Amino acid sequence: MVRKIGRDLPRFREIVRGRIKRDLKRFVSSGEMIGKQGGRYVSIPIPQINLPRFRFGKNEKGGVGQGEGDGGEPVDGQQQGGPGQAGEDEGQHSIEVEVGLDELAQILGEELGLPRIEPKGNKQLETEGGAWRSIRRTGPESLRHFKRTYTEALKRQIAAGIYDPENPAIIPIKNDRRYKSRKVIREPQANAVIVYMMDVSGSMGREQKEIVRIEAFWLDTWLRSQYDNLEVVYIVHDAVAHVVDQHTFFHLRESGGTKISSAYELCLREIRDRYPPSEWNIYPFHFSDGDNWSTRDTEHCVQLLKNEILPICNQFSYGQVKSAYGSGQFKKDLDAALPDEARLVTSDILDRDGILGSIQTFLKKGR
Amino acid sequence: MLPLPNTSPNTSLPAELQRYHAEIKELAKSYGLDTYEIVFEMVDHDEMNMIAAYGGFPTRYPHWRFGMDYEQLSKSYTYGLSKIYELVINNDPCYAYLMRANSTTDQKLVMAHVYGHCDFFKNNYWFSKTNRKMMDVMANHGTRIRGYMDRYGVGVVEDFIDCVHALDNLIDPHSPFIERRPRSESRNVSDDDSSDAAAYEEPRIRAKDYMDRYINPPEVLAAERRKREEEAKKARRFPAEPSRDVLLFLQQYAPLERWQQDVLAMLRDEAYYFVPQMMTKIMNEGWAVYWHSKLMCEHLVEPAEIVTYCDHHSGTLATQPGRINPYKLGVELFRDIEERWNRGKFGLAWQNLDIDERRSFDAGVGLGRQKIFEVRRDHNDVTFIDNFLGEEFAEAQKLYVYGFNQRSGQYEILDRDWTKVKAQLLWSLTNFGQPRISIVDGNHANRGELYLFHDWNGVDLQFEQAKLTMQSLFTLWSRPVHLETREDGEGRLLTFDGKSFEFKAMTNSAPAADVIGYGPA
Repeated sequence: MVRKIGRDLPRFREIVRGRIKRDLKRFVSSGEMIGKQGGRYVSIPIPQINLPRFRFGKNEKGGVGQGEGDGGEPVDGQQQGGPGQAGEDEGQHSIEVEVGLDELAQILGEELGLPRIEPKGNKQLETEGGAWRSIRRTGPESLRHFKRTYTEALKRQIAAGIYDPENPAIIPIKNDRRYKSRKVIREPQANAVIVYMMDVSGSMGREQKEIVRIEAFWLDTWLRSQYDNLEVVYIVHDAVAHVVDQHTFFHLRESGGTKISSAYELCLREIRDRYPPSEWNIYPFHFSDGDNWSTRDTEHCVQLLKNEILPICNQFSYGQVKSAYGSGQFKKDLDAALPDEARLVTSDILDRDGILGSIQTFLKKGR
Repeated sequence: MLPLPNTSPNTSLPAELQRYHAEIKELAKSYGLDTYEIVFEMVDHDEMNMIAAYGGFPTRYPHWRFGMDYEQLSKSYTYGLSKIYELVINNDPCYAYLMRANSTTDQKLVMAHVYGHCDFFKNNYWFSKTNRKMMDVMANHGTRIRGYMDRYGVGVVEDFIDCVHALDNLIDPHSPFIERRPRSESRNVSDDDSSDAAAYEEPRIRAKDYMDRYINPPEVLAAERRKREEEAKKARRFPAEPSRDVLLFLQQYAPLERWQQDVLAMLRDEAYYFVPQMMTKIMNEGWAVYWHSKLMCEHLVEPAEIVTYCDHHSGTLATQPGRINPYKLGVELFRDIEERWNRGKFGLAWQNLDIDERRSFDAGVGLGRQKIFEVRRDHNDVTFIDNFLGEEFAEAQKLYVYGFNQRSGQYEILDRDWTKVKAQLLWSLTNFGQPRISIVDGNHANRGELYLFHDWNGVDLQFEQAKLTMQSLFTLWSRPVHLETREDGEGRLLTFDGKSFEFKAMTNSAPAADVIGYGPA
């Protein structure tokens, strides 16, 4: 079957993403971001475009149902509402279904106008992958391509006029033989590691952590779509830093002072021990509310970044979540101390609505 | 495989299913089901979703809306939320699609179900005017629209189609059945406009011949005549009678390019094609369920299949709170009718009994089968419910009316009174639960403006959407558009002049209602 849908489906998607026919974009009931819900999938509503029509407005009118229940009992599962839905299935609502992560990443990429990340030349490994898709005239008998050999023999016999339709015996000679051969494909193999560092001192509240969680999820999604092999390191710190697992990273709550340099030092150690920069694309992300223990420590951080971390990583991202207690000084200090560092990206995240913008800031450079 | 009409029937059907098909065909015939030739096509789930997205017609014109429907269907299939069992096209021959991955039990069920649908398509009165070569027609529409897209640009044609889609519920579901006096005929008989005017004699004051010139001066008579003609012209309405077929009016009178007229005409045809299916959703599904369950239970199910069959059959008939399942309601009502007519529970004598006597009444007349065939021939959902849904049925089926409780902020069961249930059901089926809007005047205020009338019946329009829809109307009509409606019973006039909206209170909204002949309830 000619897949006609191959034309209409992309067109719909492009409308939803606002690429074409922008005037329809306002009728899109679009999905919202929801975090990771177990497994590999995320639940987001399917976008729908509802063209305006003459419709009834109020949905207080109700309808007819069938089943048990006394007067006054709530009717569950009644989302759609409106008189007249009995006969027709005209959806004013969106169905929540799950969407694969790859697709999410793609949507995210297009939504934010993110460039595809280009892995650095020296960090690109070439694997000798191969596929049996070439033909040679010589080779071991075990790789003889029977069909091709037969065809060659047939061609030769017909050309030579010795083919007899009555007795169609095809006898290949040495010249007819064809062998399968492996074609060498050079595939760049790119590895990446994300190092998430989060400040878990007393001033980072639930909401701040939730923001970090959502942002980390989306960063993760995007980078995973760009690299075959992505590893993640989670570091939490207050006055001292630890490597923790994912669960702990998002749930830990500690109190106490903040010494950001502790995290940077640990990060550096991790990279040196486990992820040699010659083979890995390295993306450290640091989230905090901007409070640091002392200006001396901040100074130390700046030195660490400038001399040790920035030269070996693709990009160092610092996201500053606004909290009721944080001064927000650290970002200012970083920006002032390292104004021309292309590999350092900082962003402010005021609230949940700021997440998208911040992701965009972090990823738009395409490093 | 594209189900081209000239492919030989059943080509893609495995031998086992072909045998079952033959068996089901014979069975259906023996019960008196009368169908077109049915061609079953095997498709995989992706093809099924795609065909369903195109409303059953794989050759339909290209439009993003089908892509949207496909995405929904395929995602909801991929994640196990829904699955299309059966897809049948009202066409001669009748095309039906079977999902390759289904079990043989399911395939038998679906084939039997399809025979029910096809019999309904062929014999129900409301389908009697539909084009039975729609597969070809749709393909032609597709070709033509693709041609226009090549010539005028995809975006241009698609924008126009979007406009029409916003209006494609503005048709008159009954218009295929209205026999209007052909225009040409009225022209040919002598009471045609011009001859009428010529034959007209001005009133004269009686006078002697020689005084006539002075008593009835010719210039006065001429002036009188002119005045009369002008009045007659004013009285001539445009359109002559209010019409619910707004699409037709636009097609005939809106200042459209030829290709636009053509596209509009095609989309209108397609909209009308689907009307009978919307009008008979409950009956059609009920009838198909009735027959698949009869054929399966009495003939086709092997002992080993019975659990699978029951599982899938009851899944089809499952009810959810706050929703009517047309399969369930339809089949139960057909069975109820069959039982009533078998026992003679109809007619005045029976109606005058009290409810307990009515319940146990049995005269053993055995007219059930005959009656349900008659019902499937004559009725649509509205008349079906109106004629046959009674107190006993509503009670047995546990039907209720629900409504929105503003205090608790949720939908709640309000009442189980059968008259209210019936009224609510009928209300929601009337005009498919959409507002009735007619075109009253195509030359409003003698300025070529469009005047629409919404026959308000207690529920207001959604005004934001109405405004946007009027923009689409304006795009086609290119002159200001008015819509007369009500809000909480108060007359309102919405006007869109191409730039801005006006929302006016109307003190006197009665005349148009009188013109149409049905006032608000």
